[in-house]
Amino acid sequence: MNTNDYLALNFKDIKDYSDLYPQSRRDFLKRLGGGIIVCVVMSGVLAAQAQETRRFRGFGRGLPSDFNAFLRIGEDGRVTGYTGKIEMGQGPITSLPQMLAEELDTPLDTVDIVMGDTDLCPWDMGTFGSMTTRMFGPALQAAAAEAKAVLLELAAESLKIPPAQLVAKDGAIFDKEKPEHRVTYGELTKGKKIERHIEGKPPLKDPAQFTVIGQPELHRDGRAKVTGAAHYAGDIRLPGMFYAKILRPPAHNATLKNVDTTPAQKIPGVQVVQQDNLIAVLHEFPDVAEAALAQIKAEFDVPEAKVDDKTIFDYLLRVAPSANVLASGGDLEAGRKLAVKTIETTYLDPYVAHAPMETHTALAQIEDGKATVWASTQNPFGAQQEIARALGFPTEQVRVITPFVGGGFGGKTYNQQAVEAAQLAKITGKPVQVMWSREEEFFFDTFQPAAIVKISSGVDASGKMAFWDYNVYYAGDRGSQQFYTVPNHRTSGHGRGWQGSEHPFRTGAWRAPGNNTNTFARESQIDQMAAAAGIDPVAFRLNNLSDEKMIRVLKTAAETFGWTPAKAPSQRGYGVACGIDAGTYVAAIAEVAVNTKTGAVQVKRVACAQDMGLVVNPEGAKIQMEGCITMGLGYALTEEIHFQGRKVLDTNFDTYEIPRYAWVPKMDTVILDARDQPPQGGGEPAIVLMGALMANAIHDATGARLCQLPMTPDRVKAAIQKV
Amino acid sequence: MTDTISFQLNGKPTRIKVDGNRLLLWVLRTDLGLTGPKYGCGQGHCGCCTVLVNNVAWRSCLMSVSSVKDKDVVTIEGLEQDGRLHPVQKAFMAHDALQCGFCIPGQVLNAVSLLTKNPQPTREQIVQGMNNNFCRCGAHTRIVDAIQSAAAEMRGGPAQ
Repeated sequence: MNTNDYLALNFKDIKDYSDLYPQSRRDFLKRLGGGIIVCVVMSGVLAAQAQETRRFRGFGRGLPSDFNAFLRIGEDGRVTGYTGKIEMGQGPITSLPQMLAEELDTPLDTVDIVMGDTDLCPWDMGTFGSMTTRMFGPALQAAAAEAKAVLLELAAESLKIPPAQLVAKDGAIFDKEKPEHRVTYGELTKGKKIERHIEGKPPLKDPAQFTVIGQPELHRDGRAKVTGAAHYAGDIRLPGMFYAKILRPPAHNATLKNVDTTPAQKIPGVQVVQQDNLIAVLHEFPDVAEAALAQIKAEFDVPEAKVDDKTIFDYLLRVAPSANVLASGGDLEAGRKLAVKTIETTYLDPYVAHAPMETHTALAQIEDGKATVWASTQNPFGAQQEIARALGFPTEQVRVITPFVGGGFGGKTYNQQAVEAAQLAKITGKPVQVMWSREEEFFFDTFQPAAIVKISSGVDASGKMAFWDYNVYYAGDRGSQQFYTVPNHRTSGHGRGWQGSEHPFRTGAWRAPGNNTNTFARESQIDQMAAAAGIDPVAFRLNNLSDEKMIRVLKTAAETFGWTPAKAPSQRGYGVACGIDAGTYVAAIAEVAVNTKTGAVQVKRVACAQDMGLVVNPEGAKIQMEGCITMGLGYALTEEIHFQGRKVLDTNFDTYEIPRYAWVPKMDTVILDARDQPPQGGGEPAIVLMGALMANAIHDATGARLCQLPMTPDRVKAAIQKV
Repeated sequence: MTDTISFQLNGKPTRIKVDGNRLLLWVLRTDLGLTGPKYGCGQGHCGCCTVLVNNVAWRSCLMSVSSVKDKDVVTIEGLEQDGRLHPVQKAFMAHDALQCGFCIPGQVLNAVSLLTKNPQPTREQIVQGMNNNFCRCGAHTRIVDAIQSAAAEMRGGPAQ
């Protein structure tokens, strides 16, 4: 999407709000009282969002008939933005108000944000794909610019000064000649109810004039989160609420043979629900409900196990859909002849869990035919539809409210727990909380799909890439695009990313979906070619890059790290990797130490540079880079779902190891100044590097090339023994 | 079986009638309405449910409520004194040492416990002392920085 599309604003002439809003939202607007209300419809961005929805989710919803950005300036002068995005640690609770404060010239502490409430907020496709800032942000900024234009008109009337002579600053408007002639936003909006707007595109600020955007801001929710005041879905309590525990099968696709719930029913205060396949016990205390569930005797028919975590890759290759050529150019056969070194490698990536610290949780209450559901979700509007369908309610009779979300990483785009809570609330007539146990979380998680990448590539006598033949199975195409210059190339995809039905359980989007697999394979292969050509891996990359942005990013990472050229394996334990995700260019260099006896890898330091266009909150962006590097160590070094058929063997953190304090390297993060460019993604890009970064550093330390994730001590040890 | 259990909770004498075998985490979250301690794994791996018992960090998902009889229990809600945040809380905020925040009550209380035992920890000692508290978002480095800074402030030196 180019900048023009990005800012293609289509302001509708809103005469009557009732045409635009669902019933509940109309009521809400009435309740809002006075002030200025601005709604924005952005056709260009919406079209792009719908396209991305289809691309990422495999389904599309028609363009929303109402607005997709919305703000209000109250009679007290406070600004409130409304967004369907949610806060799960990635920081929009801070960055979106920064965008509003900037465009409205009002102090940041006068800006509030309401997030993820389907009755109050404009429709949104969900919080994933690093799209909040780059796609929703411009809509919100446009609403703010529109509101400021209205304020300037009001001020011109009030002060009897031509608008051109007025300046807005710190929540007030004044005469630039005589600053004492001023009026505050609160004074302007007091006693008014303004629903008008200006035709055409609002003038957005020149980024050179930004004073709030681009300033590092601490998380605004910090105090709430260090005092326990921050409420997550499981912390919402309603009078008379029940906690539900649901009978689960031992494996996916297992069928219930027989069940005896009588022992649970004998426990005082326990209510047992049995409706179709939903068998649950409820009690006013969750631990008592859990103990009661353990009393239920159930037998299941478990389908015969056909695959496990060892055989899955052979199986997936056997049933793989045929190739879909994603990109091609030149002549592969001619390229093969040019190559003086040819390398063929198969890269393997297992199922990986999202494992947010907060398990899927929801509280549902049904009153007067309307369901209200507090859910830990990345996708409140998707949850609303799922719940409405399950209950047989019209969509507007379901309200989803999203409190703070305790981590998502793609795993909370599906909302089974919210549907379960709503169904149980409907059956029992009581408010019901469903909080998945850690075992349920591992069982129902929509894992990153196991995937395979096969690459055949060659390098010519001058150290240039001669050909590139790339086949990715099941990961999807995100991150498969070749950004090195190679004249003869073909990139083919097999299967539809995580939407494939070949997997033994559900799979889904895992932070930067597909790109972790594709970047692991590509950057490992590039390193193999550099080593085969006897060229330093940074120099080899620069020698094969013509994309100036990537060159700048890689050089910055190398300078930050203090890279000195050497052919790998240099025994230094240095690794490099580059990638592009969500429009952001990123490169990192790491230093590792490998214990050759145990195979254990200790990461000493990582230098990471990225170009993400305009940065709203540089501190928040750096925190995301650190988070990506840290979290990415998990899929690189330990994280792998073990299973037998459709039974998931990992049930808790004892066998599924996520990164811990002792693993975390010293990190140097650099964000390149590119404020004249549109903002790009920040929550995912750096994580895509971690597989190849570790593989390349381990190779540099030991000479062992690992082509299967995760690079556990056993695998590293085995690879070293083969050197 | 119902027992009467008395203990100090966030500085206040508390007496509840409860089955003493029930787990402290759920009694705190439901009977007593303190939702600061979180459920993360139920097996003591992750530390989201951490509370202080007589100034030492414990996993409330593994403890029976009867085990805190006559003891002093502090949850994250009770760490603030007279509207003043604990230095560890302030340092977490100042270092932006949090993302989703779900693990933070446990991280903060474990850090307080660590600094009670060792007011002048090295960076390595902090890493070791915090290693069994999990954070999925990757706030670890900033949390270690925050604890170092809080330790300095608590010793009366300048906050780093």
